Amino acid sequence: MKSLEAVNEFVIKFANVNGTGSASANNLFAKALFRMGLPVSPKNIFPSNIQGLPTWYEVRVSEKGYLGRRGGVDIMVSVNPQSMPQDIKEVEPGGYFIYDDTKPLDLRLIRNDVNIIGLPLTRICNEQYDDPRQRQLFKNVIYVGALAALLDMDFAVLTQLVGDQFKGKEKLVLPNIHALELGHQYVKSNLQCPIGITVRASDQVGDKILLDGNTALGLGAIYGGATVAAWYPITPSTSVVDAFEKYAKRLRIDPGTGARNYAIVQAEDELAAMGMVIGASWNGARAFTATSGPGLSLMSEFLGLAYFAEIPTVLFDVQRAGPSTGMPTRTQQSDVLSAAYASHGDTKQVLLFPATPKECFDMGAASFDLAERLQTPIILMTDLDLGMNDNMSEPLHWDDERRYDRGKVLSAEDLDKIERYGRYLDVDGDAICYRTYPGTHPEKGAFFTRGTSRDEYAVYTERGEEYEKNMHRLMAKWETIKEYVPKPEVVRSKQATDTALLYYGTSEESSREAMDYLAEDGIHVNAMRVRAFPFNDEVEAFLHEHERVFVIEQNRDAQLRTLLMAEFELGPDKLKSVLCFDGTPISARNIRKQILMQMPGHNVTPLRRERVVGNGE
Amino acid sequence: MSYQVPKFRHPELPRNELGYTRADYEGSISTLCAGCGHDSISGSIVRACHELSLEPHKIAKLSGIGCSSKSPTYFLGKSHGFNSVHGRMPSVVTGAAMANRDLLYLGVSGDGDTASIGMGQFTHAIRRNLNMVYIVMNNGCYGLTKGQDSATADEGSASKKGDPNPFGAIDLPGLALQLGATFVARSFSGDKEQLVPLIKAAMSHRGFALIDVVSPCVTFNNNTASTKSYEFVREHAAATGTVDFVPMREEITTSYPPGQSQEVTMHDGSVLHLHKLSEELDPFCRSSAMMALERYRSSGQILTGLIYMDKDSRDLHEVLETSRRPLNTLAEEDLCPGDKVLQNINASLR
Ligand SMILES: Cc1ncc(C[n+]2csc(CCOP(=O)(O)OP(=O)(O)O)c2C)c(N)n1
Ligand code: SF4
Ligand SMILES: [Mg+2]
Repeated sequence: MKSLEAVNEFVIKFANVNGTGSASANNLFAKALFRMGLPVSPKNIFPSNIQGLPTWYEVRVSEKGYLGRRGGVDIMVSVNPQSMPQDIKEVEPGGYFIYDDTKPLDLRLIRNDVNIIGLPLTRICNEQYDDPRQRQLFKNVIYVGALAALLDMDFAVLTQLVGDQFKGKEKLVLPNIHALELGHQYVKSNLQCPIGITVRASDQVGDKILLDGNTALGLGAIYGGATVAAWYPITPSTSVVDAFEKYAKRLRIDPGTGARNYAIVQAEDELAAMGMVIGASWNGARAFTATSGPGLSLMSEFLGLAYFAEIPTVLFDVQRAGPSTGMPTRTQQSDVLSAAYASHGDTKQVLLFPATPKECFDMGAASFDLAERLQTPIILMTDLDLGMNDNMSEPLHWDDERRYDRGKVLSAEDLDKIERYGRYLDVDGDAICYRTYPGTHPEKGAFFTRGTSRDEYAVYTERGEEYEKNMHRLMAKWETIKEYVPKPEVVRSKQATDTALLYYGTSEESSREAMDYLAEDGIHVNAMRVRAFPFNDEVEAFLHEHERVFVIEQNRDAQLRTLLMAEFELGPDKLKSVLCFDGTPISARNIRKQILMQMPGHNVTPLRRERVVGNGE
Repeated sequence: MSYQVPKFRHPELPRNELGYTRADYEGSISTLCAGCGHDSISGSIVRACHELSLEPHKIAKLSGIGCSSKSPTYFLGKSHGFNSVHGRMPSVVTGAAMANRDLLYLGVSGDGDTASIGMGQFTHAIRRNLNMVYIVMNNGCYGLTKGQDSATADEGSASKKGDPNPFGAIDLPGLALQLGATFVARSFSGDKEQLVPLIKAAMSHRGFALIDVVSPCVTFNNNTASTKSYEFVREHAAATGTVDFVPMREEITTSYPPGQSQEVTMHDGSVLHLHKLSEELDPFCRSSAMMALERYRSSGQILTGLIYMDKDSRDLHEVLETSRRPLNTLAEEDLCPGDKVLQNINASLR
């Protein structure tokens, strides 16, 4: 058997039982590699369950800087007998299967093309600890120590990290270091180490940080000046408001009075959450909510009202797979269409697609400027993969010179200078009209907010011409919006090509990696990352420039492709789909495979749409 | 069609402390059916605000959907208003109130808007003790969709269509009491003498103030078999007592014989006089209020007046400990921690 050999370039996956504290140990492992200067991309694949079901944690380590899922597993750390049969099958030929050999391995599971390494985790724990909870917790730390020896890691990095992580809880430092040593020692004295895959310190991390997108969004809301947050708990969006609250408690307390310069209301449901955001924004505060698919559905009516009544609204949608009894803890990009055209009547909503934590922070803060400038809902579309996993990211930055763009709002003095105020009167020709906040002026500027049954002066009317005129103005505003939303990013191939990739959000990293694989296959492609809807003119030009464009996305129905076809009236020939919707992040190998199958001259018949099965590899 | 109120007014109309006449508190001409109870309630709102010398632009009026929810167009033309979506006005008010605690929030809803589609939001606004006045214009039917029974229609009551309602009614004051509401009143659109002081008291209350106003729908539910008709309500209303409201700045001139009257100082300094109180009700005791409501209900009468009030109510802002300064007045220097703090956060993420 040929064993896999690699330095600083591999995929390791941990199979654990949910609720046993494994995530923090696995995170310790990933963070240690990060501190050694290695780009890492940890992904927590967890069930909708508090305790007992299988859970996985996959870490991509790549000195080359690939941060997406590659596909395949080189090292499996199997700590959950329940999922063992499936886990051992996933290991690449020549890879490593590490398991708890306190109990012997079921002979039927043994593979001859995989290195099988036993660690007596349960036995060590039972010898060392009396308390069952300690036995469970430290088992995880012990295998991290063991991995340090197997992979030839710098042990000091681990011990220092433990010291940092338990700052303020010093009592926990020594027991954790002891557990790490137990694993390390066992391997050193009983097993052949290191294995074929090793790590060594590198310098590929620079000043980057390791942060989850939801925390970045919460911080973005703090920096963006949000004062009102209304929400209803739903995975995977809950930690957005948690982060907002955590930082607000530190950074938003009035120094003089101790009072809070923010209000967080846990609403009775998502309808109410959205209503609160609209009420607060109508009244001149910056407000936001965070939700996921089912919540987005519930917010739909209000999103229509905000669109028609032109009320700034900020919504962070952390997408997940399907319904509440679908795979609520798995990732997808499957709310694109329902968000883009959310609500009744003719509505079009502005979407932002961040791809990194830094972009979550930047776009999160910018959402408030955009919402107020454009007077319409801004729906930021992130997903579970970006939101809940630690992602390596450029550091966050705030320009202290920057001022909030509060949009077109009239003060009492402004109103005094105006003959007659019209809330929906397009005076500047950009189809964006002037707002007034309640309470501004004793005599002028008050109006009755309603959907569309009003004229430019907000006076009640049901005349069809007024309705039409208003709808035309909203369409003209849509054109204005294109100038404000973030522009796409383009990557050009060194060789001229008529083929391109188009992707958004978390499909970026795997797509970029797939581009390199395709280049090795002799297929050169340009690429565009779309960052917003409405699509800017650059997107249209890019599509016209290419013969075929592969639209890469993480849903079944090719939702962004549908949006492109609808907005640009393009036929299906030009736009091909690369899809993954099994709930795991799309992998580079999967993308490559689907593209190869659809390239002209390829001898495999392309899969028909309905048969393209998301392949997590 | 759109209407604007003609601006000409009689110069002799009485002016309040701010120099405003009642006309300054009016809105556009109503497009509701002639005789609709909702219009009388609008009139009482105008009178209460005028008499309280409220600055019209410091009031925000919000509503859901229905004939009742249209009525904010017909009063307080100088106030910002918001005709939101069906049953969801409470959430919009919650957000608005969080943004600016210094305005007076007047919510207007119907029985369909509140007791059916909006039941969830109604109950949670009560539970949070949101600082607002919540007026239900209660006609026992869905006026705007042409007269279907609502959830407040009494069992056996029949609208113009004629079929007796087979379901029991949801009693909004009873429900509000049970949910911990801090101000609960009921009145009748046709009884301005009772309704105006109740609205004033509600506006001075800190916390959630519910006034359930029986308001006949002349077009669909004012027939003899209806228990929400003018005639039925006039015959079956029983008042808890009389309420007089004396704003903070006014001298108290009326006096009542001792024993029959109670005085309450509201948190804004105004004074509420309750007199000729029914002996069966202590309006400061929740269980007494609940029992009185039930007693009258079972004897087929409609108890009106101030039913319950909690004098020490704490509103949502107090619970959340939000800043005294309205959140919508805070600027970058209050809100944005700056790059230095962010660089420390970056450092903790390496
Ligand atoms: C989501 C939604 N469902 C249904 C309607 C239709 N609708 C308009 S008003 C109304 C009932 C209003 O009844 P109520 O609140 O009692 O007001 P009233 O007209 O009796 O004053 C309904 C069902 C709507 N506007 N929105
Ligand atoms: S239908 Fe009924 S509730 Fe509506 S305006 Fe007419 S009388 Fe009033
Ligand atoms: Mg009604």
